[in-house]
Amino acid sequence: MTTGPAPEADELARVVREHAGRLAAALIHLTGDFGTAEDLVQDAVLAALKHWPEDGIPERPDGWLFTVAKRRGLDLLRREENHRRKLELLTWPPREADDEPDERLRLVFTCCHPALTQEAQIALTLRVVCGLTTAQIARAFLVRESTVAQRITRAKQKITRAGIPYRIPADDELAGRLAQVLAVIYLLFNEGYLATSGAPQSHDLADDAEWLAALLHRLMPAEPEPAGLLALIRLHRARNAARFTPQGHLVRLADQDRSRWDHEAIAAATALLTRAARRRRPGPYQLQAAIVACHAEAARWEDTDWEQILVLYDMLLHFAPSPVTRLHRAIALRYVQGPEPALAEVDALAGQLAQYHLLHATRADLLRDLGRADEARAADRRALDLTTNPAERAVLRERADGGLSRRPR
Amino acid sequence: MKYVLMFADNEEFAAELAAMSDAERGRAYQRVYDWFAANSDKVTYHQKLQEPETATTVRLGGGEPVVVDGPYVEGKEVVSGIAEIDVADLDEALRMVRSWPGCPVVEIRPLLSVPSAPA
Repeated sequence: MTTGPAPEADELARVVREHAGRLAAALIHLTGDFGTAEDLVQDAVLAALKHWPEDGIPERPDGWLFTVAKRRGLDLLRREENHRRKLELLTWPPREADDEPDERLRLVFTCCHPALTQEAQIALTLRVVCGLTTAQIARAFLVRESTVAQRITRAKQKITRAGIPYRIPADDELAGRLAQVLAVIYLLFNEGYLATSGAPQSHDLADDAEWLAALLHRLMPAEPEPAGLLALIRLHRARNAARFTPQGHLVRLADQDRSRWDHEAIAAATALLTRAARRRRPGPYQLQAAIVACHAEAARWEDTDWEQILVLYDMLLHFAPSPVTRLHRAIALRYVQGPEPALAEVDALAGQLAQYHLLHATRADLLRDLGRADEARAADRRALDLTTNPAERAVLRERADGGLSRRPR
Repeated sequence: MKYVLMFADNEEFAAELAAMSDAERGRAYQRVYDWFAANSDKVTYHQKLQEPETATTVRLGGGEPVVVDGPYVEGKEVVSGIAEIDVADLDEALRMVRSWPGCPVVEIRPLLSVPSAPA
């Protein structure tokens, strides 16, 4: 039944992710019981993570997971004759009518229901849709396993007891609900991509985020925002190879070796974004992707189309006004109108973003531009105090010590 | 599935209502009556409560029951009415509540249902 050598951890994660959500969706559909079905899949995933590293990944991993879940289910449902009989009849793979939407779409919308806290939405989505174990989620977010377990148990109880439906939202509520799903995926991506904690991760959340965005885009091809989010994630990841020095130091966008960017991936993501934009329904993810595309398409830092970026930030602020977006807009403003108006903008945000390291780092840059070196160093030190990310800290410490020559941001 | 909607007022809302002319207040009440009429197939029971000043709270469990004037929780938001609804799921309840034209806070709480005997 099994083939090949011992699989790597990311290969295991990939295979599990490809099948666990589908199996969960099928079992929920069958039993109508979200909690029980999810438990069965989690058991099967744990069994797979135990056996596959030694035995190799089976030729039909989905069939393997299904068999384990079914066996366990028949055992568990001994007293519920009705469900048991249905489960006995279930074969794998399930027969899918061509026009039937992938059941996983319902799964995503249930996991990201607004009646659950966002923390619960994230944990549930990772566990139920991506097939992560509770332990993997806990490690990725640096929280105790018991905390994650409790979050998931509470969320599943709420789904059952409060009557959160297992379905795709109706048309009139779809926009708001979709925004919620996209927010969860984007948050996951940021967590993985920036790794705020800086701890070595056993599981790449950015990978899960890209996979989820791709799934959502595939299942909702007429919606431009999932395509926008997918393009945004792929554009960011296309620059991965140039983001760190071999020593693990963060390299700023201006200093990155652009020949090491994945230009094929950038072209593909930009094409995806262009197709989405043709639907003429702009939204925050398409706009953010367009901004990143402006950077990704500039052959050199000096070629960056800042005026276009400024326009895109203005549009983005229209859709999603936030002080952090205003801060980023101020950075673009510096290259269009100069450091003085940019600094005025940044200072106007100082009250709202006093605890945000990027505000102080940006201020430091602008102050240095204006020849106010002492104030700039003080701002760098403030930024240093406020970030825990070791890669970002290294950059800031160097600047606060005054050792680094001025570099455009 | 059955839920109870707990409607809650706060000071701002009470002040807003007090500042209205009689005609405006009449229209505000009319919107609430219209909402109940539009949802009459889902609302099984509803009742407005008297002011929180009329509430009496009894605390038991520590010797002699203690009777106190006022609601059980001192907060900015006080329950001012209840309704029981019977709908398919939480999304249908949410859809109803989104169009509620009255007080600014509504809690949706599922009723405890005894699981049916296995078939």
